Amino acid sequence: MWIYEKKMEHPVRVSCPDVGFAKLVITQYGGPDGELSASLRYLNQRYSMPTGAAKALLTDIGTEELAHVEMIAAMVYKLTEGADPEDFKAAGWGGQYAQHNHGLFWTDANGVPWAAKYIACLGDPITDLTEDMAAEQKARSTYEHLIQLTNDPLVKDTLRFLWQREVVHFQRFGEMLDIVQQHMNNPHMWNGCCMEK
Amino acid sequence: MEFIVIELNLYLDTHPCDEDALHDYNCAVKMFEKYVKEYQERCAMMFAQGCCAKTDCWDWVEAPWPWEL
Repeated sequence: MWIYEKKMEHPVRVSCPDVGFAKLVITQYGGPDGELSASLRYLNQRYSMPTGAAKALLTDIGTEELAHVEMIAAMVYKLTEGADPEDFKAAGWGGQYAQHNHGLFWTDANGVPWAAKYIACLGDPITDLTEDMAAEQKARSTYEHLIQLTNDPLVKDTLRFLWQREVVHFQRFGEMLDIVQQHMNNPHMWNGCCMEK
Repeated sequence: MEFIVIELNLYLDTHPCDEDALHDYNCAVKMFEKYVKEYQERCAMMFAQGCCAKTDCWDWVEAPWPWEL
């Protein structure tokens, strides 16, 4: 089960509201390479992992990604704080106001709603860990694009923290891929998984 | 005991000034913390963050997962 901690993993601050950037950064909330996709991908894949260490890593990174979902939500909240319908219209995000007002919704930067097709689970630990490494790189690239798209130093600071976490997660998944490959090359595997117990 | 904490947590969200419930909540939390401590000393880590690990191994990865029990 899970327990909520009433704090951010890293501070989320903005210099001033910017609805136009909220419209872009929302992709890390409900986009294909966003934090929700990441969290659900990892927490769902852990059941078919062959070792305790792989289950632990997917549990722990999947949990950290939930903290990142909250950070992106807080960023969108602050970027739209006090914005009126005209501000949304001027930013090209009138559709958001029409359908959700200041409420959050899971979409990418183009308004496409979140879908389960963004995440994969083949039940093959090598395939799934490789997918996870690719996912971390896609999120890293997206954060780099977003950092280029804002001039706000406080927003950049938060995005850089999230960017760095993608790099660390990629590293840990790479190490885990090695560990799982070694485990699967171990001769005992050929006698069937049940022999382990 | 954790379930009692959860129930009282939700109840207090809508009845934040109920002193009896606050007292029950605090008692339940104390019991829960005691049981968690005992479990972690006897078995394995229940949380990956916020509690001390054993000095000789990171048993977070070794102990069975909830869906395996």
